[in-house]
Amino acid sequence: MINADQSEFSRTFLAALKNSGYFELVRTVHSEHAAEALLAQGEVQFVVTIPAQFSRDLLRGERPSILVEADATDPSATGNAIAALNELARSTLARDLKGSAQAAAGGASAINLIIHRRYNPEGITQYNIVPGLMGVILTMTMIMMTGLAMTRERERGTMEHLLAMPVNPLEVMLGKIVPYILVGYIQVMLILVVSTFIFHVPIEGSLLLLLVCVLLFVAANLAVGIMFSTIARNQMQAMQMTFFFFLPSLLLSGFMFPFRGMPVWAQRLGEILPLTHFLRIVRGIMLKGNGVPEIWPQLWPLVLFMVLVIALGLKRFKRTLD
Amino acid sequence: MNDAVAIDVRGLSKSFDGKRVVRDLTLTVARGEIFGFLGPNGSGKTTSIRMLCGLLIPDAGEGHCLGYDVIRETAQIKREVGYMTQRFSLYEDLSVRENLDFVARIYGVQNRARVVDAAIERLGLAQRREQLAGTLSGGWKQRLALAATTLHNPKLLLLDEPTAGVDPKARRDFWLAIHQLAADGITVLVSTHYMDEAERCHRLAYLSFGQILTQGTPSQVAASSGLTTWVVAGADLMQLAEALQRLPDVAQVVPFGDALHVSGTHAAQLEAALAPYQARAELTWTQTQPGLEDVFIQLVTEAGEGKA
Repeated sequence: MINADQSEFSRTFLAALKNSGYFELVRTVHSEHAAEALLAQGEVQFVVTIPAQFSRDLLRGERPSILVEADATDPSATGNAIAALNELARSTLARDLKGSAQAAAGGASAINLIIHRRYNPEGITQYNIVPGLMGVILTMTMIMMTGLAMTRERERGTMEHLLAMPVNPLEVMLGKIVPYILVGYIQVMLILVVSTFIFHVPIEGSLLLLLVCVLLFVAANLAVGIMFSTIARNQMQAMQMTFFFFLPSLLLSGFMFPFRGMPVWAQRLGEILPLTHFLRIVRGIMLKGNGVPEIWPQLWPLVLFMVLVIALGLKRFKRTLD
Repeated sequence: MNDAVAIDVRGLSKSFDGKRVVRDLTLTVARGEIFGFLGPNGSGKTTSIRMLCGLLIPDAGEGHCLGYDVIRETAQIKREVGYMTQRFSLYEDLSVRENLDFVARIYGVQNRARVVDAAIERLGLAQRREQLAGTLSGGWKQRLALAATTLHNPKLLLLDEPTAGVDPKARRDFWLAIHQLAADGITVLVSTHYMDEAERCHRLAYLSFGQILTQGTPSQVAASSGLTTWVVAGADLMQLAEALQRLPDVAQVVPFGDALHVSGTHAAQLEAALAPYQARAELTWTQTQPGLEDVFIQLVTEAGEGKA
C-alpha cells in the first residue's frame, strides 16, 4: 500500500478493503521501489497506490485513479480478488460522497481503478502450473527413489555387507544422493524444454540460478527419502511414507490452492515443506525475473530443512542394524 | 596385546527389545586358527559375529579384535576383517566382475583391476565374469561371496553360515579353501549348524540361548561331555527306542540309519540299565566314542532342563 493522500476517502477505501475479508493490509510503504521489491519477493500479493491528489480530484468529480498492481503469477489467486476490488471501489465511496461530487460521478464509479496484472498479464494458468509442476514431480520422484533404494538394500541384505565394509553412514548417504541428483536434473531439463517450447512459459530470470536452486531442492527431497528409508522396514512402507509426505506437499504448498487463501494453520504447515519455498523460487525466477536477493527469504528455509533432515537421517542411519 | 591372538573378548552381551540375545560371550581365538561357532537357530551366533566385526555395539563387555577395541575402534576392525553374511549380500543386478570391483573400490585395494581379475581367475568364473550375480547358482554365489570378502587380504574372516544350502561337493571345496586361507595365517571364525563341519575346525564353541556351553578342540569337547555311547543294531529298533527312552539313566536315544545311539552321563549306571537288553540275542551292542552331535544334543537338553 502506497498512500500518498492521507484523507478520509483514502482511509475509507482502505478500511473497506480490510473489512471485505479478502485483503490484509500487510504494510504501508512510501516508495514505488520498495513496493516493487515486496511484490517480487512475494511478501505481498497486491500493491495499491493512492495518488497524492486523490481526495481533491474525487471531490471535483474527476474520477481519480487508484493503481492496483497484482502479482498475477497465480491467476486463480488474483482473479477473484480483483473482482472483489472492483465492487468495493464502486460501493464504498458512494456513501462518503455527497452533492456535486456524486452528481458528477453520475451513478458510475467515482474512482477509476487501474489494474496491472504483473508477471502474467494475460492470466495464463500454465505459467503458474508448469513451473510448479517441476517442483511437484521432483518431490514425488526424488523422495520415492531414494526411499526405495535404501530399503531395497535392506530387503536384499546388501545393506549388511555394505555396513560391514569400511564406509561411514555419510558416505553411503552421499552415494545414494549424488546419482539421483543427476536424474533430477534430467527431469528438470525435460520440464524446462516442454515448458518453453510447448507451453511457452517465459524464463525471465537467470537459468543458472534456477538450476542452482533445483540442486538444493533435489538434495532436500533426497534427504527426506533417505530419512524415510531409515524408518521404513520395506519398500511398501517407504512408498506409503512418500505419499504421506507428498500429499501435504501438493495441497499445502500453494500448488493446488493459493497459499494466502489457506487457513493460518495450513500456511504454517506449508512453510515447513520444501515444495512451498521451491514453488516461490521457481515462479519468482521464471516469471518475475528474481535474483538472489529476492529469493533469499525462500532459500534459507530450504537449506535449513535439508540440513536438519540429513542430520536426522544420519542419526537414525547409525542405528539401523541395532 | 598378544600378537598371536586374533580375537580376545570378555563378557560381551547384547539385548534386543529387552531380550538377551547374547550373554557373557568370552572368547579367545588364536591367529591362524579355524574356530567353529556352533549352535541351533536363534542361539546368538549371528549377533556374536556382528559384534566382533563392529556392526553392532555390545551392551556390555570389552575386548579386542585384531588388537583393536571392539567398541571404540570399529572402523579399523572393518578394514581388516572380511565378513561374509548369512544371506547372499552382493548386488544381484551387478555382474560378477562389477561386484568384485565395487568391493575392491570400497576397500581401496591397490591395483584394483589386476586383483579383481586374479580373483575371478582363481574362482574359475572367467567365462561368467559378465553374468549377473543374481543368476548364479547357490554354490557359485557362495564362492563369489568368499572371493569378495577376501579381496582386501583381511587378517580375520568371519563367515556366517557360509555353507547353508550348498551341495556337499561345493561344501568340501569351500572347506578346502578355508583351510588354505588358515594355512596362510588368516584367522577364520565360521558359524554353522552342520556337525561334520564342526569336526573340521581346529577349535569350536557351542552356543545355546546366547551362552557358550562348551568350547575346545573337537576331541576335548567330546571328552568333556562325560557321555558314554552305545550303538545298538537289530530288529524292531523303534519299539526298543521307546522302551530305552523310559529308562532313568539313559539320557538320549537317537536313531542313526539302521542303528540307535544310546547315551548316558554315567557309564556304570548306563551299563546296568542296559544289561537286560544287552542279553537279547537279536541285538548287537558296541560301545563307541560319542559324536559331536550326541554331545551337543545332550548339552542343549541339559541347558533346556536347567531353564525349566
